[in-house]
Amino acid sequence: MSAITGVRPTAARAPSERPRRRSGGGAATRLWRASPLTYITLVLTIALSAFPIYWMFVVATRTNAVVGDVPPPLLPGGNLGENVGRLLAARDANFAKGLLNSAIAASAVALSTVFFASLAGFAFAKLRFRGRNALLLVVLATMMVPVQMGIIPLYMIMVRLGWAGELQAVIVPFLVTGFGVFMMRQYASQAVPDELIEAARVDGCSTFRIYWNVVLPALRPAAAVLGLFTFMQTWNEFMWPLAVLNPDNPTVQYSLSQLASAYFNDYTLMFAGTLLSTIPLLIVFFVFGRQIIGGIMEGALKA
Amino acid sequence: MGVDLRPTRQRPRPAATTRPAGATERARWRSRIDRLDVKASPYLYIAPFYLVFAVFGLFPLGYTLWVSLHDWELIGKGPFIGLANYAQLLGDPYFWNSILNTIGIFVVATVPQLVLALMLANALNRWLRLPTFFRMGVLLPMVTSVAAVAIVFGQLYARDFGMINWLLGLVGAENVDWRGSKWASWIAISTMVDWRWTGYNTLIYLAAMQAIPRDLYEAAAIDGASRRRQLWQITVPMIRPTIIFTVIISTIGGLQLFTEPVLFERSGHMAGGTLRQFQTVTMFMFENAFRDHDYGYGAAIAWMIFCLILIASLVNFLIIRRLGGTK
Repeated sequence: MSAITGVRPTAARAPSERPRRRSGGGAATRLWRASPLTYITLVLTIALSAFPIYWMFVVATRTNAVVGDVPPPLLPGGNLGENVGRLLAARDANFAKGLLNSAIAASAVALSTVFFASLAGFAFAKLRFRGRNALLLVVLATMMVPVQMGIIPLYMIMVRLGWAGELQAVIVPFLVTGFGVFMMRQYASQAVPDELIEAARVDGCSTFRIYWNVVLPALRPAAAVLGLFTFMQTWNEFMWPLAVLNPDNPTVQYSLSQLASAYFNDYTLMFAGTLLSTIPLLIVFFVFGRQIIGGIMEGALKA
Repeated sequence: MGVDLRPTRQRPRPAATTRPAGATERARWRSRIDRLDVKASPYLYIAPFYLVFAVFGLFPLGYTLWVSLHDWELIGKGPFIGLANYAQLLGDPYFWNSILNTIGIFVVATVPQLVLALMLANALNRWLRLPTFFRMGVLLPMVTSVAAVAIVFGQLYARDFGMINWLLGLVGAENVDWRGSKWASWIAISTMVDWRWTGYNTLIYLAAMQAIPRDLYEAAAIDGASRRRQLWQITVPMIRPTIIFTVIISTIGGLQLFTEPVLFERSGHMAGGTLRQFQTVTMFMFENAFRDHDYGYGAAIAWMIFCLILIASLVNFLIIRRLGGTK
């Protein structure tokens, strides 16, 4: 997938909540209080962060006639519906199909990664078996290997299987990642008490029932973060779909690249596409933003 | 319908005598299954990962080496030519050009990105109102769809009607042809990469900064060290392992840069501009393998990228070892 994952060298945990700003002005308060300059810097940064996304929206709601105006239009217009209509009618891009394909592929990869990674993470963290440490090292090592560079034989495999151009070609190779396994292993070893598993064993639970009824519920927070990240990563995958799929059956990023080459003067059409391809991710972000930030800050997350 | 269909619990006497034998048999069977369950389950649970990795990760990577020793224009058809692809590659100016572009964009993108991330993390590490709002704001670019970013920036950097040139015009500068030259295109592509990834690195640094004991700063402040000096003499040395980690991650990502330059070009030709001014090495690989169907040559390029990444990771790793900063 798009990037290699790694383990952050320092296991930094946020210290206990910083004290609310105290009244009075102790030395510590003066030291840690954010100056107005800090606020100005941060607000400017956020404005720069948000502007391209806002600009997407502005252009997507305008007509092509005014996009090149000087000064540029900075407020949205009323042409969004029309632009989206033209976008969906643009044959070469197959945009609707791209959106649907990406939704299917990203959901499938996210669900399967969470399932297989939590299963393997549980085994590595809580079950005793011969070769466990060596096998875990192998998992870690795979995280350092840029497997994208195997793209040519991977393509040949897909041709052999008859999967070139089919959606499963962008799903099956990514069903589970070493990063996911390692992340779930780390979380499971501290979130699931051994006594709980022993107790379930004594009650006669099979190993899978222990996983399903005891471990998986305890892993839910980490599973959610892993699922979100995997979803976003698959949604953003570009090189592999470009190699193995075709314009008749694209993912959303592939559709966008088709738009960019076939309609490069039709900005409002392209921007309507960029907007639609970003909205699902924005929704995910605004609903789960806290968890995503926590996931990045607590562990080695790399989308 | 008054018939009781349930199996009778109390069996007649003869059956009762055989019951303990059946029960032990069943118990033995049960315990055998239990033992099998305990022994085999772990392997069963970790197997899917190894299977997927072996088939779709490791095998293709190894096979790339094999393909690179062939002159394959069609999949699986063509003579074995030994190292000829590599010999050709080392004499191919386009290859070296793409390496230069990749490293150039990497440097132009990564250095400001990490410095900026450090500054932002330092700002976020103060007592702020609405800390979650600011953190989400910084991270916002990372959750946009990657091709969308490239398209939007491509428009902002348009030569004639782009907003960047309009802004430059306000301060009296000439229109820049952002796709026209090496430096201009490197800068434009770097801003896309930085816009997307600075926030991620900021949060990584912030997490590391929060683990630094606060009394270090208080002691330094009493000694009269300014905030800037505190940043460079306390914060940076304390989070050095994390900084190295972000450098490694950026290196691995940077050497494989693909989406941004491809969509910046717009035509989908993979050439990176008319004079290949921003063709990265991954684009060069893709161009040869999937546009020209020269799989052998493409595989040789892929293998070179792979080695480059390994070397870069190794160098980084050795630096960490020397600094002795990791646990």
